[in-house]
Amino acid sequence: MDAMAIVSIFVLAVFVGFEVVSKVSSTLHTPLMSGANAIHGVILVGAIIVADHSETNLELGLSLAAIVLATINMVGGFVVTDRMLEMFKGNKKGTDK
Amino acid sequence: MNRTMYDLIGLAAGVCFILALKGLSHPKTARRGNLIGALGATVATLVVFAYNAPLNNLGWILGALVVGLIIGVPAARKVQMTQMPQLVALFNGVGGGAAALVAIVEYLNLGAEATTAEVVFTVFTVVVGCVSFSGSIITFMKLQELMTTRPVVFPGGRFVIAATLAAVLGASGWVVVELGTTPLLVLAALSLLFGILFVLPVGGADVPIVISLLNAFTGLTVAASGYVLDSTLLIIAGTLVGASGTILTRLMADAMGRSLFGTLFGAFTAKPQDVAAAGEERPVRSGSPDDVAILLNYARRVVIVPGFGLAVAQAQHTVRELADLMLSKGIDVAYGIHPVAGRMPGHMNVLLAEANVPYDQLAEMDEVNPTFGQTDVAIVIGANDVVNPAAQTSPGCPIYGMPILEVSNAANVIFLKRSMRPGFAGIENELLYDPKTMLLFGDAKASLTKVVSALKSL
Repeated sequence: MDAMAIVSIFVLAVFVGFEVVSKVSSTLHTPLMSGANAIHGVILVGAIIVADHSETNLELGLSLAAIVLATINMVGGFVVTDRMLEMFKGNKKGTDK
Repeated sequence: MNRTMYDLIGLAAGVCFILALKGLSHPKTARRGNLIGALGATVATLVVFAYNAPLNNLGWILGALVVGLIIGVPAARKVQMTQMPQLVALFNGVGGGAAALVAIVEYLNLGAEATTAEVVFTVFTVVVGCVSFSGSIITFMKLQELMTTRPVVFPGGRFVIAATLAAVLGASGWVVVELGTTPLLVLAALSLLFGILFVLPVGGADVPIVISLLNAFTGLTVAASGYVLDSTLLIIAGTLVGASGTILTRLMADAMGRSLFGTLFGAFTAKPQDVAAAGEERPVRSGSPDDVAILLNYARRVVIVPGFGLAVAQAQHTVRELADLMLSKGIDVAYGIHPVAGRMPGHMNVLLAEANVPYDQLAEMDEVNPTFGQTDVAIVIGANDVVNPAAQTSPGCPIYGMPILEVSNAANVIFLKRSMRPGFAGIENELLYDPKTMLLFGDAKASLTKVVSALKSL
């Protein structure tokens, strides 16, 4: 990919990132951080790519470790965020357990 | 699958992440936003398998995925909501670690074929990923109270940190020039050390800000990996998290009345705080559950200030029972929620929501502070730092400048505490010695249960 395209993508993504979270109440800070945290778990994609073209045992071992860690980050992150937000939902109804 | 299709699906996943962050910023759409993000991540993962099929080492890859699922899902499912901040810190750390490992493998794989730009991005990913990993582990240990929550400062600490940073920069240059495995491993080790040194001096109350900052860091490493691995999706996703994480870090720091700079470097400039002379016993007024019940019975307006201690004692349900009882007696009840009550901004809202406390009874700090003048009783349950007047009156103390709930303006203050131990930030609270303050010692849940039964019999 040519360098200019990458720089353009980067700069535009920075502004989108700034824009989407610029106004958020403190109530949602924790779930938002947790959700953003889960999103960077897509490094899993990168871990799978490097595992695919690993040539030595060292490379394979390190990339498998990366897959384990990235999976924990991504899946665990989305699950724990959902658990937090689930409680907000029950709250609005004000129903008893 | 051809490259265009692969890129298009990757772009769709990137859009999912934008919608996810957008959704997570509003209470009504937050849960859906998170699910959209999960959808995007799932699609992105599946499409890598499809595009690169048949993958080498497929069995190993699937096995590693399953191991990750077996560790990650139960951890996320079973964690107590009180311990959730440290789990988020841990998840962030392993993400940073994964990004660093990916960069190292790709570097080993490319060998001498790597372009200078690729090496520079690799160096960036290894440094920041390792800092994020080891820094997050330290924040985890602080929050889990496996180590002291106070700032860890040692003589000459700032020089050690500066020297480590210089060594990291030196090793970075070495990697770019020499292109060897050894320099890269030295760089990784130095970066891990720097991450530890960077987080150690941060005080317990500021840890959430650091987690958020490290989260943004990890995002940037993912973006840099995207460059090396030629993946637009990773660039988009990583940059989004880096940018939104930076904004979020600033929002959090604002909510806590902290400057970001002060948080990160405060430990180097802070003067030693005035510690109350050791062994000095000052009189406090402690009361019985009956005393508390009587005070509440004749109040017209009561504000409940919940803190982390309430959550630790699992007393959310009991406190709601007490609030319901007071409401049935015609007493006006509100919960005063400090933005950083608990361990993270918004954490207390999650915990009270778990106990089905009606949303309209939760008042944010700015709403509730002007009303303390008309409040007969403020009940502080397991909170300390967020009501500590030292934040307003004693410059130089670690929480100075943090906005607090001004419970000292209420006619009476009741503290439910386990002991006289200071709060998470480790600072003495003068309010405990105020004549209008009554202390009820004991486990928050047991104490509240006694107060509820005493109030019922009045």
